[in-house]
Amino acid sequence: MSAIKKIIGPRVPENMTAEDKKLFRVPTILFGIAAILLVISIFLPYWEMELQAPQYPKGLHITAYANRLTGDVAEIDGLNHYIGMSPLDEAAQFEKSVSVLAIAALSLLILAAIFVHTKWVVLLVLPTILMPFLFLADLQFWLWKFGTNLDPTAPLSSAIKPFVPSVLGSGLIAQFKTVAMPGTGLYLAIIASVLSIVGLYFHRKAYKPLVDDSQ
Amino acid sequence: MKLQKNNMSKTVISGIVILLLILAIGLMVSCNDNGSSPEATESDSSSASTTGVSNDAMAIAEARGLTPDDITAALKTYTPSGVHDEYIMFASGGHGGQVYVIGLPSMRIIKQIAVFTPEPWQGYGYGAEGTMEVLAGGNVGDSNITWGDTHHPALSETAGDYDGQFLFINDKANGRVAVIDLKDFETKQLVKNPIALGDHGGTFVVPDTEWVIEGGQYGAPLGWEYASLEDYNEAYRGMVTFWKFDREAGRIDTDASFAIELPPYWQDLCDAGKLASDGWVFCNSFNTERATGGVEDGNPPFEAGASQNDMDFLHIIDKNKAIEVAAAGKTIDVNGFPVIPLQTAIDEGLLYFAPEPKSPHGVDVTPDGKFLTISGKLDPHVSIYSFQKIQDAIAAGNFEHDDYGVPILAFEDVVEAQVEVGLGPLHTQYDDKGYAYTSLFLEPAVSRWTLGGDFSDLHEEEDWTLVTKTPVQYNVGHIAAAEGDTVSPDGKFLVSMNKWAIDRFANVGPLLPQNFQLLDIGEAGAHMPVLYDMPIPDGEPHYAQIIKADKLSPWEVYPEVGWNPHTNSIDPNAVALGEERIERNGNEVEIWMTAVRSHFTPEHVEIKQGDHVTWHITNVERAYDATHGFSIPYYNINLSIEPGEATTFEFDATEDGVFSYYCTEFCSALHLEMTGYMLIEPSE
Repeated sequence: MSAIKKIIGPRVPENMTAEDKKLFRVPTILFGIAAILLVISIFLPYWEMELQAPQYPKGLHITAYANRLTGDVAEIDGLNHYIGMSPLDEAAQFEKSVSVLAIAALSLLILAAIFVHTKWVVLLVLPTILMPFLFLADLQFWLWKFGTNLDPTAPLSSAIKPFVPSVLGSGLIAQFKTVAMPGTGLYLAIIASVLSIVGLYFHRKAYKPLVDDSQ
Repeated sequence: MKLQKNNMSKTVISGIVILLLILAIGLMVSCNDNGSSPEATESDSSSASTTGVSNDAMAIAEARGLTPDDITAALKTYTPSGVHDEYIMFASGGHGGQVYVIGLPSMRIIKQIAVFTPEPWQGYGYGAEGTMEVLAGGNVGDSNITWGDTHHPALSETAGDYDGQFLFINDKANGRVAVIDLKDFETKQLVKNPIALGDHGGTFVVPDTEWVIEGGQYGAPLGWEYASLEDYNEAYRGMVTFWKFDREAGRIDTDASFAIELPPYWQDLCDAGKLASDGWVFCNSFNTERATGGVEDGNPPFEAGASQNDMDFLHIIDKNKAIEVAAAGKTIDVNGFPVIPLQTAIDEGLLYFAPEPKSPHGVDVTPDGKFLTISGKLDPHVSIYSFQKIQDAIAAGNFEHDDYGVPILAFEDVVEAQVEVGLGPLHTQYDDKGYAYTSLFLEPAVSRWTLGGDFSDLHEEEDWTLVTKTPVQYNVGHIAAAEGDTVSPDGKFLVSMNKWAIDRFANVGPLLPQNFQLLDIGEAGAHMPVLYDMPIPDGEPHYAQIIKADKLSPWEVYPEVGWNPHTNSIDPNAVALGEERIERNGNEVEIWMTAVRSHFTPEHVEIKQGDHVTWHITNVERAYDATHGFSIPYYNINLSIEPGEATTFEFDATEDGVFSYYCTEFCSALHLEMTGYMLIEPSE
């Protein structure tokens, strides 16, 4: 009992002025918004890549949601077989299978952070702060893995050397110009990340004196 | 001499004015570029090159001997790379048996739709089961017909306006009607007229396309029977057929269709009434003389014998009443098809005649449905009939009768006006400016004349008068104006479908192409210039219809992988990637194959001589334009399998050997590798 108390820390005293209470509300609101943004981001694209080539006047598009790929996946897979790249759906299967639960868990953690007033709060907020960067790092890993593990027996294997597409920005593969950019979901996750940092600052500003007092 | 000089200087001045205009437009464009895009200022050559283009253009025009009018025509028609045309014309391909799809104003051929004639590019009639069944629908009894004489295309209409969903066209030679679905621009159905071997007055649709009209032509005993020419008057007959169109199914419902027996005059063109005249159908006729020819026996040839009367008969048909009479079963069975007998048509009051001068070709209902224009091919007038006057005359009941008892209305009771347009008037179209356009075969020219009635306010000239004529090269038959036979013509372009080209193109030997000429009818008054000549190297095209391109919404690829375009659903034998297989049951071999860039699966097909082979192929592509062909030598198999399409063909493996099948569409860089071996082992 006391261990839990030690972690969640003291409650806000009831006998505070309205003006003082406002200070405690700021991190609550910021964490709340961050949690909501994360939940919304599940339904929005995290990452988009456009492939431009003369034969495709409208371009080819892949849209990565947290848990699935949509867009011209079949056509891109069809093209990729010429250079010996594996089908895109084989990438990040574990990540895709847990992503929705993981993001939901993040938002629960950050909601929990509202009620934890000690410095342990950092542990609850940190995953949300890091999430967008982990997402990009993981994606870059898969791009590297797929771009550098080409089937040497593929028809165009002698023409296309292994390559690593950039996770953000533009690149060039054969006649295709690739442009990769973050999707709305990732922007929301980044905002959630920033809100978490700011929230953490206000959280400590409000609760640190309380915690110090209680000790 | 002086006059010429004046003309010369006028030409030079207007030339300079036009070039200045081009320059001004060019400058405006370059200014806009500079204003809107920061990159334009960086590329220093931008404005200089734009000015340079105008200088170049002047030099090019001079070098090619182009007049200011030529330059104007070029500006009106030139369609830059990648820019789409504003209008799409569906033109009959004449005795090539196909339909041409042409963009306006560029006059570029965009597609040929295979209709009555097998055509390899589309894989039409070379094994693909769906297409073989469509073509078989056009068999005449046991006779397998492999060509057609396409005449009059008709776009489906909703409330009298083109809706861009279906196209119909007839084959004059063998009396057939085709249904083309504009979702994929493919022929879905051919129907053979059960009572007449040939036709002419088709196809025309009623304002909501519930019925497709096919009028007859040369009189003959109904039901493809024999009768001596001695018995022409008694045993020979004309006809008009009403095909019921089931829009939902996208097919003609032959079981719900019927025909009307007509006197053995030669029915020619028809048109359906609209708006004011909705519910009525009009057909004209020639050879009311009932000449039977026989020039070799000293009789007058048809051309003279069939042209003796000053008046022939406009057929006026109460379509709605005809439908009721047919539904009530007041029909006889001819070759398994319900036909309203001539006497019944007379008794039920659904058929009337009005005299029409002389050996006419077109009968064309005005956009408001209140008038019909008849072009008396051998009379220099167009005669305009008032639908209201026709109704009044029918109500008044003051008839004469022809030899068969059909009531004839008095010409003066029903005619509204006559306009002397010139020699050999054939066919009429309309615009949005209160003008009508009639082709003049003999002159040859396209005439523009004014309509009266409610159209009076749209033009400045007097009603029912000739406004202008533009010579065309040469011998114009039908004309087609942009949506020019609908309730709301657009009045922008007109195409003159000329039968002879003579000197218009390079000499290519004694057989010459036809010449489609594009006319600009956008400006009111006397100016109606020819803009462009387009050779059509196929059969002799007849009529065309021109639809605003944005009314068409065809599929880019078939809606789902495994689509059967002939059932409009997923084919039960569609194959998904990874499910390819070959199964043998006795000497029945069945193959399920996929096609994707750049391989077929399987690539080895081993069968035995004497096997019967059923072969299904699914193109699993979803990319726009990723069509695969499939051909097998010796067995005369050639398919076109568009993205998503599933198709089937069958053959008997009569000949042993090694047969390379391959993709006939250059589908990818590895197209040549898209092949496989079919090995047929000798039986003993």
